[in-house]
Amino acid sequence: MRDVAVIGIGMTKFGELWERSFRELVAEAGIEAIIDAGIEGKDIDAMYIGGMSSGGFVQQEHVAPLAIEVAGLEDFHIPSTRVEGACASGGMAVHQGYIAVASGIHDIVLVGGAEKMTDVVGTEATNVLASAADREWEAFFGMTFPGLYALMARYHMHKYGTTPEQLASVAVKNHYNGSMNPKAQFNRRISIEDVLASPMVADPLHLLDCSPITDGAAAAILAPVEIAKKYTDKIVKIIASTQASDTISLHSRKRFDALPAAIHAAKNAYKQAGIEPKDIDLAEVHDCFTIAEIMAIEDLGFFERGKGGKATEEGLTSLNGEIPINTSGGLKSKGHPVGATGVAQINEIVSQLRGEAKERQVKDAEIGLTHNVGGSGGTAVVHILEVV
Amino acid sequence: MAVPRYWREIPARYNLIGNKCTVCGNIYFPPRAICPICRRKSFGKMVDYKLKGTGVVESYTIIHVPPPHFEGEEPYIMALIKLDEGPYITAQIVDCDEKDVHIGMRVKATFRRIMDDGEKGAIYYGYKFIKE
Repeated sequence: MRDVAVIGIGMTKFGELWERSFRELVAEAGIEAIIDAGIEGKDIDAMYIGGMSSGGFVQQEHVAPLAIEVAGLEDFHIPSTRVEGACASGGMAVHQGYIAVASGIHDIVLVGGAEKMTDVVGTEATNVLASAADREWEAFFGMTFPGLYALMARYHMHKYGTTPEQLASVAVKNHYNGSMNPKAQFNRRISIEDVLASPMVADPLHLLDCSPITDGAAAAILAPVEIAKKYTDKIVKIIASTQASDTISLHSRKRFDALPAAIHAAKNAYKQAGIEPKDIDLAEVHDCFTIAEIMAIEDLGFFERGKGGKATEEGLTSLNGEIPINTSGGLKSKGHPVGATGVAQINEIVSQLRGEAKERQVKDAEIGLTHNVGGSGGTAVVHILEVV
Repeated sequence: MAVPRYWREIPARYNLIGNKCTVCGNIYFPPRAICPICRRKSFGKMVDYKLKGTGVVESYTIIHVPPPHFEGEEPYIMALIKLDEGPYITAQIVDCDEKDVHIGMRVKATFRRIMDDGEKGAIYYGYKFIKE
């Protein structure tokens, strides 16, 4: 196995980009990453593109060669593969790219993710997203995606005393961080009262407990560390890349107060990197709903089970806290173009580790983690990156 | 929805027929092809098992933003229910005020209309739960 580095990152602005097409978004994120890496398109040996449902959102499948075409790379006939794992598709593309480079099969690999979600109306977007749940035994009976996380939220509140205010404090923090991210969908700061006064989506989750519907794309260039040295002095190494699975349905899981797939992926990642949770300087976690961030910081071992809400409320996960979580604004404020999210998380950690995060820079950040979840927890992907 | 896709699931959705692993005795709903404990030893040895349809609410939510087929029915209660035989099930709770539903509430299955494919389309039926 070879050591793998991220040598380039790129992403579009996230938001409701009605004037821009799926193709344009893919091209922009890819080109930005290629330029950032200092490579040329012809240097790329393979591509892995994460996307949940281009079929459902823009009626276009087979998007891996489409990405080749928009990049103008068809004459090189390199392999291009689409990777799907609902909202974890982007993280899975990074994981596949990592495996390809680490194994020695490919040298320079572009990993990306894209989703164009606003070409359908809101209820249809909800319907497409519901296919990440169990269609026959959850969605058929009227269950929605926010509804599944609401079940976990209520369970967590009942078991540990987590409060609506603690849930809201996740959204408040992430909007604060996102207000300093020019690529975020929302730059508006909000208060606990704003969250609690926003309409209910799935009780106890309010509108402002939920991540939005977003258009956007993100990309990264991976290379073996030996080759990376030719392109950059500041090498950000992937010291762990893990993926884990569980049942697609929530009701078939062993527990409802955590995501066992995320616990498993995290445990293996710490083992692979040879570090412990306390060694992590900052993390981008999958806050598709506020309760998801609270479970994530517990699943990742940053806080004791049941203490995540209190820790957030006390500011331990704020930008200047003990362990800053979602400095980018997270899915909540930066936006959640589902297939792009896992790659956008890598973008944020790399820019933090390079010291390029400007206003939201975490001081002396050396080791960062990303946590990307598919569905209600059927898939989880964890990456740990270190600047060397 | 294509008719075969709906028709296949009728026994489970109309009559709560799950299945049982005859190797270890564990009961599953929805029915599984393979028992995750016994795996290959259970293949071909899973038998139908009719559930009583009684259980307890483990968690619940009130849906205010519904999927397309449920528009106009909101707000409605969806729950994670632990059936008395062991399996958990996701289902709507009806004939119950949203202020009354609580974790620990005893419920039982009832046969109801779930949704339809519009005025000229098929009507889909299945289980919902009411207070026991």
